[in-house]
Amino acid sequence: MLFTSYRFILFILILFILYYIIPKKLQWMLLLLASYLFYSIAGLRYLIYIATTTLSTYLISLRLNQLQSEQSSFLKEQKDSLDREGKKAYKASMKLKQRRWLVLCLIINFGILAVLKYSAFTITNFNGVLNLLGTKPLPLIGFVLPLGISFYTFQTMGYLIDIYREKYPHERNIFKLALFISFFPQLIQGPISRFDDLKETLFSEHSIDGRNISFGLQRILWGFFKKLVIADRMLIAVNTIVRNPEEFQGVYVLVGMFFYAITLYSDFTGGIDITIGVAEVLGIRIRENFERPYFSKSIAEYWRRWHITLGTWFKEYLFYPISISKSMLELTKSSKRRVGDWLGRRVSIYIASIVVWLITGIWHGAAWNFVVWGLLNCFFILASQECNPLYERFHSRFHIRHTFAYRLFQVGRTFWLMSFLRAFDCYRDVGTTFQMYSTLVTRWNYSELFQGGLMQLGLTIADYIVLTAAVTLLLVVSLQGRSGSVREKLAARPFSLQYAAYTVLFIAILILGAYGVGYDASQFIYSQF
Amino acid sequence: MKKKILIHIGAALFTILILVLLQRLLMPKYISTIHEGNLIAEYYDEVKEHEVIFIGDCEVFSNISPITLWEQYGITSYIRGSAQQLIWQSYYLLEDTLRYEKPKVVVYNVLAMKYNEPQKEAYNRLTLDGMRLSVPKLRAIKASMMEDEAFITYLVPLLRYHSRWSELTEEDFKYMFHRDTLSHNGYLMRIDTKPVTVVPKGKKLPDYRFGPNSYDYLERMTKLCKENDIELVLIKSPSVYPYWYEEWDEQIVEYARENELTYINFLKYVDEIGIDYNTDTYDGGLHMNLSGAEKFTSYLGQLLKEKYPLPDQRKDKRLTKIWQKKMDFYYAMKADQDEELKEYGYLKSYGAVAQSIEEE
Repeated sequence: MLFTSYRFILFILILFILYYIIPKKLQWMLLLLASYLFYSIAGLRYLIYIATTTLSTYLISLRLNQLQSEQSSFLKEQKDSLDREGKKAYKASMKLKQRRWLVLCLIINFGILAVLKYSAFTITNFNGVLNLLGTKPLPLIGFVLPLGISFYTFQTMGYLIDIYREKYPHERNIFKLALFISFFPQLIQGPISRFDDLKETLFSEHSIDGRNISFGLQRILWGFFKKLVIADRMLIAVNTIVRNPEEFQGVYVLVGMFFYAITLYSDFTGGIDITIGVAEVLGIRIRENFERPYFSKSIAEYWRRWHITLGTWFKEYLFYPISISKSMLELTKSSKRRVGDWLGRRVSIYIASIVVWLITGIWHGAAWNFVVWGLLNCFFILASQECNPLYERFHSRFHIRHTFAYRLFQVGRTFWLMSFLRAFDCYRDVGTTFQMYSTLVTRWNYSELFQGGLMQLGLTIADYIVLTAAVTLLLVVSLQGRSGSVREKLAARPFSLQYAAYTVLFIAILILGAYGVGYDASQFIYSQF
Repeated sequence: MKKKILIHIGAALFTILILVLLQRLLMPKYISTIHEGNLIAEYYDEVKEHEVIFIGDCEVFSNISPITLWEQYGITSYIRGSAQQLIWQSYYLLEDTLRYEKPKVVVYNVLAMKYNEPQKEAYNRLTLDGMRLSVPKLRAIKASMMEDEAFITYLVPLLRYHSRWSELTEEDFKYMFHRDTLSHNGYLMRIDTKPVTVVPKGKKLPDYRFGPNSYDYLERMTKLCKENDIELVLIKSPSVYPYWYEEWDEQIVEYARENELTYINFLKYVDEIGIDYNTDTYDGGLHMNLSGAEKFTSYLGQLLKEKYPLPDQRKDKRLTKIWQKKMDFYYAMKADQDEELKEYGYLKSYGAVAQSIEEE
């Protein structure tokens, strides 16, 4: 069910009404029912995957909890009889048992994800090798990816790792755990929530609250505006450019990158706005996933502000565990001895970063373009970190101050660098992407753009006017957001002004939205990941 | 608190008013092009006292002239026809019509029996947008929707036509609140001529049987007429194209026989009617021009008059007054088309675009 479909609007309207008229203690059950209904609309057979993840996670978290309780009661009982070494050995053996259960669950769930998402990619590449060896290729297996599998698998495994780490107690009620995993607003494209963040508001009882409803609806409206007025309209031009690489080269590649940057931002943040808005109407708080990422001054900062919950997940559950693992610490030690302190210190960070970015790339899609995209991100982040002292020396040598103009330059540089990297996502092919990069210098057609070139991209003058106005509004709202919530600011204004603002926004979506006949109803870009 | 609620209600009503105005502005007006789009809505402005109602596709609204029926036989009639009107739409339009009046005779042109499934969103719109909100309309929408259509867009057409904001013309503002009548009791007049050059031969079809959906609605129509003591007459209008297969004809003959209905395939009476395909069609045989329509209507009227109790209404002064106005409008349009034809060599403002769409 598309977030932007009439069906979804009807679905949430009915849910909102039911949610506040049923007894409060039943609210979370209604959400679970709604989430499974939402999921089953995408395909009944997909329920088996999410149910398997839920069941395996529940049972293994139960087992982990048993082992942890067993350990604490044993240690309590044997407080005086066991010496320090004995306690340590016991703890280590119990941790090993827990780790085995954890690994089993990770294998089951990441295994499902891997088989469904990566089988075709793996077999294709394996066949490439077999082809070189002159051996008969393996038959290709193609699976249809269940809705939101990458998101809910990561969220669930984050929960299990936290239980393993004893960060918070496990959820005893399997149905509550099922709701945490399947909560429909965040099922399609995240955010990837943490259990301890979500459980309070997800399972508690909510009374009807005018502010929640009003703020939630505003957020939904804003999301629809970004998705329908900007993203889906601009996507027409992006698709024209990237689907016809032989025709649209040189300056069009730049235009494609620029348009895709805006499209992706409006699409993804629009979807998250709808997610957070829907949850807000229900009285549930979901973590923010963006913090004006296009105002970032470096790639590292950009990744701290874009898809925040995914970045945090990788940091907490992959980067840190790798970099501080026993084997990595040993490697650091031996590297320091062999190649010196400076390089030795970096080995573990480099390895952890490469692994994280490789997996980040693959998480986005089972294709080489995503692998290259991930590794290039890693390269630029590490390179800019290493070059930092160089920059500082350059700045001090030439007296470059961190003025507004310089910060603007940094923002522009980061924006374009990210746009260049995103070309791998656009063209979905490594060779084509590099070829398109090369046309930026070999195909000198920059004057073409304003001699009718822009009109060949499937958009009319009216579309460009709408896009210019809408993107300007987006920019103004983002700038305003730097000094506090725009909605709070607007809420402090007279009712007539608030009302006018939201009515204009609502009408703008209705009239200017790229939906209905003549437009392809497009799914959110991140829902493919 | 009360004041706050009132402010919110007022604000909501204001928004609804804006949306209604926007919807009126953005909906197509069908004034200078695609006149067919106005046919269904025009009926509601009528004095609804008709003895004969015609339902069906372009073969009724192009080929039959209610003015001729009145002039020659004193029969009051109305055509609830629309472009590529599918049989379920015809059925629900008949249900809709029966909410307002009870005719003695309903004439249904059977060409649309060949369509068992919805065909094209654009044609659905030409029929359904003009219908007033009613249970028959809701059912007609449900029966007509293509897979990728949404029901709500028929109830709130703003959702369908919102993107017309960039192509609004003066006409959209001018006709926001009123529309000119373009038809003559549902008849769309064309006086120009484009002779039939090739009499098309039907391509072989894999299956000539009409679909179950078509039969279902034909049966419903038959039942509805019987329940309301209305004589249902099935006709095939004398348009030479789209091709009417003998196998199709046999099925309708059989259906009419089983249900004791009258069925007349007028393609078999072309000479008797006096139709000359060199002079009586405006698009090579798909639709009659005024000359052809008047000849056909004259012949059809005679048959209706002989077979059904349709007294001459011209003695009724009130009706005569109403129909005189209609006749004045009819002849004024004819004169206007004559003039336009002389001036430009073609009918500039009477459906050239509509014709090209029909021919697609």
